[in-house]
Amino acid sequence: MSYDKLVPSPTPETQPFWDGLKEERLLLQKCSDCGKVRHYPRPMCDACYSMNVEWIDAAGTGTIHSWTITHYAFHPGWKGDLPYTLLTVDLPEGVRMNAQARGIPEEALRVGLPVKVAFDAVTDELTLPIFEPA
Amino acid sequence: MSSLREAGAITGVGETLYLRGTDRTALSFQLEASLNAIRDAGLEPTDIDGLIPYGHGAVAEDFITNFGIKDLRFSATTPMGGASAVASIQCALAVIDAGICNHVLLSLGRTGYSGGRIGTRVQQMPQFKLIGEFEMPLGAIAPAQLYAPMARRHMELYGTTSRQLAEIAVTTRQHAQMQTNATMQRPMTIEDHQASRMISDPLRLLDCSLESDGGAAVVISAPDRARDLRKRPVMVMGVAEGHPDSPSAITQRPDLTTLGLAKAAPKAFAMAGVSPDDIEVAEIYDCFTYIVMCQLEDLGFCKKGEGGGFVENGALGLNGRLPVNTHGGLLSQAHMAGMNHIVELTRQLRGEAEAQVTDAELGLVTGYGDMGDGSVAIMRRG
Repeated sequence: MSYDKLVPSPTPETQPFWDGLKEERLLLQKCSDCGKVRHYPRPMCDACYSMNVEWIDAAGTGTIHSWTITHYAFHPGWKGDLPYTLLTVDLPEGVRMNAQARGIPEEALRVGLPVKVAFDAVTDELTLPIFEPA
Repeated sequence: MSSLREAGAITGVGETLYLRGTDRTALSFQLEASLNAIRDAGLEPTDIDGLIPYGHGAVAEDFITNFGIKDLRFSATTPMGGASAVASIQCALAVIDAGICNHVLLSLGRTGYSGGRIGTRVQQMPQFKLIGEFEMPLGAIAPAQLYAPMARRHMELYGTTSRQLAEIAVTTRQHAQMQTNATMQRPMTIEDHQASRMISDPLRLLDCSLESDGGAAVVISAPDRARDLRKRPVMVMGVAEGHPDSPSAITQRPDLTTLGLAKAAPKAFAMAGVSPDDIEVAEIYDCFTYIVMCQLEDLGFCKKGEGGGFVENGALGLNGRLPVNTHGGLLSQAHMAGMNHIVELTRQLRGEAEAQVTDAELGLVTGYGDMGDGSVAIMRRG
């Protein structure tokens, strides 16, 4: 079956993030000059304007900052997944990320709930992050 | 530093009939609304010497071609989504104040209902590059889904409820029922809102704005020209735009419950020399009920976290403490990206609105868009 959802179009600056997910690693950009961690990946550090960057492995843990439960498919590819929960998660590295929840019931959702990242290989080329109960 | 206070006045406003279903083009709506605004001012199309059309629509060439403008001196767009229309007021005042233009036309035409719907067009927009790559492939595609975590966070921090959001939808619908040109006229109760289907929790169908076909336009003129035109001018007293931290990726924004408007509002109030207590009518960009409530806080009508209580008990109605969206807004009149909010505030301050706030002399209009950009203009009857 062909994959019918929206897919990312990585650039040379963002490709390592997606390559990391395929290896079940959550990689974040870290400024090689001042050490600030940033997300989403982008060319320049907003603290020191350096374009020198290294990629670090995130701890893979986090806590819920907010969420939404989607009941309407704005794109036909997600129709079969309804309803699905999208989490906004604070990572201990100081940035946030967005991913779907798996195995977290609606009544358990609360600000501060600990979660951990997992990996969902949706195609041979694309692995998406998801969050599970910690 | 000089100020744009009273550097321009709204002299003409125009709309088309608002629809949900058409075979017309967006350009024809934009030209019709523009012509209506120009005629409302008592001008001819060839008097227009500046253009700030809404993005993704008609361009200067369209107006020169269709209106036969011989000496266009300025054209630009303000790429801020739903904040563009009000931000264009600041841009228009700047070019008028610089002596470049006398009459600047702001305009919008769209087939938001009959043309491309919202869920399919966002990933391609350059300002959404980051969320297009890092959020949309996860299933977070449409504004309702991207804004819902802001509303959820506000609810968790401050105890805001869905019934409080319903108050905004219900009051706005009441105002739409008083209009001849509003697409949603059926009565709505808080229970109707609570029974409407969930779109992206906590936002229900009746928390969401419409997708509409039509056009709206505004003419802004130099003050010395404005006095001689057909209608009583409405003076711009204060205007500003504001861009939030992490402007497109809401996920990364330090405070999910604060919008770009929070940076713009103090500048506009200071320029106008008034405070929120002085405002008699407010047209607040209402793509979603929650965004209205959040802007009321960011404008300073109440403290952060108190918006839910502020909007209760019909407070936003014609006889409430702050009449809001007296035309029915994007929620119930039509989604004209806030150009219809400027049209309505102008009519309120002229005293010619269909749901008129008695003797309103000072009012405010906001724009909100592109995931958090904000704009605000404070205007006074001239």
